[in-house]
Amino acid sequence: MRKIFPDANAALEGLTFDGMTVMSGGFGLCGIPEKLIAALRDSGAKGITVISNNAGVDGFGLGQLLETKQIAKMISSYVGENKEFERQYLAGELQLEFNPQGTLAERIRAGGAGIPAFFTATGVGTLVAEGKEVRNFGGRDYVMETGLVADLAIVKAWKADERGNLVFRKTARNFNPMMATAGKVTVVEVEEIVPVGSIDPDHIHTPGIYVDRIVKTVSEKRIEQRTVRQREAS
Amino acid sequence: MARTREQLAERAAKELQDGFYVNLGIGIPTLVANYIPAGMEVTLQSENGMLGMGPFPYDDEVDADLINAGKQTITEIPESSYFSSSDSFAMIRGGHINLSILGAMEVAENGDIANWMIPGKLVKGMGGAMDLVAGVKRVVVVMDHANKHGQSKVLKSCTLPLTGTGVVSRVITDLCVFDVKPDGAGLELIELADGVTLEEVASKTEATYSVSPNLA
Repeated sequence: MRKIFPDANAALEGLTFDGMTVMSGGFGLCGIPEKLIAALRDSGAKGITVISNNAGVDGFGLGQLLETKQIAKMISSYVGENKEFERQYLAGELQLEFNPQGTLAERIRAGGAGIPAFFTATGVGTLVAEGKEVRNFGGRDYVMETGLVADLAIVKAWKADERGNLVFRKTARNFNPMMATAGKVTVVEVEEIVPVGSIDPDHIHTPGIYVDRIVKTVSEKRIEQRTVRQREAS
Repeated sequence: MARTREQLAERAAKELQDGFYVNLGIGIPTLVANYIPAGMEVTLQSENGMLGMGPFPYDDEVDADLINAGKQTITEIPESSYFSSSDSFAMIRGGHINLSILGAMEVAENGDIANWMIPGKLVKGMGGAMDLVAGVKRVVVVMDHANKHGQSKVLKSCTLPLTGTGVVSRVITDLCVFDVKPDGAGLELIELADGVTLEEVASKTEATYSVSPNLA
């Protein structure tokens, strides 16, 4: 039970500092660690480098940390949903490093797996390959990309057991499993904490070795593009 | 008569084959899902971590944990599976996806594509586009022939920052279809939309291209 913390602020206690690097899971607003992002804001840590596929929306998700200007740099693949991001970037207040989404995912996976660099065909001949080593394997050019690690990974899972074995739900999985492996410390926000033994070991997505702290929260789970179809009239 | 968005999607659906695993981009490519022929087994991949994408949900089925790469709510179907972003792009980069249909701002006669950035405007990011064009076996572009200023989007060489080099196999526009021939052999015009003439395509295309014997 020593991994379980009573609330999100307590779960980040002693882990945050100025100039730190944080990985934050999620795709859009799906599978983001909402309450841990709010706790990171409350910690007051500044000059943070955030590694996250997206930057939230205005006032929600990572958008909250942009409003308080706690983010110095983002490493992302797509940031198009956020006006405050645009303002800060154009004003030169915020650094931005774009990574292709698959390269970003693999950099995090590699970092967590102890692999310092790898070669990928993604981005060869484009802006993202500028200044990077390109090597030919089997007649095709590949660009070298480096692994990523972070001082802290904040992750959203559906369920954890008391030892931190995790199960994700549907497309809320996305970047969360890799980020759990790539944080020096990994803190996970879950919807439910269940007793050890109640998750079939064959159904665990992320083993508890990667998880340092767990907090149960009630998340809002905002939807960016609610798209529905109509039932045919009967 | 130039094709409408729906007609473009319908034409693009002819690229599908039985048993294909397919990634559809945002915009017109997403509409291709509406034209999968009955009885054809096509599995749609969503790069945020799903194979076997179902239709949009009914109002009472909406699930915040279930979205597509365009961040729209979707549904699962019996053959669906979920996986992480790194597994998703391993699938893409590893050449396991048969076909990617995506939009573009510009395509060049050597198969270069630009679809992620306009310098001087805010850059939103490439998302998964660079991985898709580099990794998927066959890349088909669906787009309007001209931009909103009336300029050709099919070019001798791209002017915008590239998404990938020499990766496009076929370009379907509202006016016609070009194949990008292998090994830098250039474009070949292989199809005209109903009512579109060779002269109209010639006057609206900046790239050089050959004309298929079937059209001449």
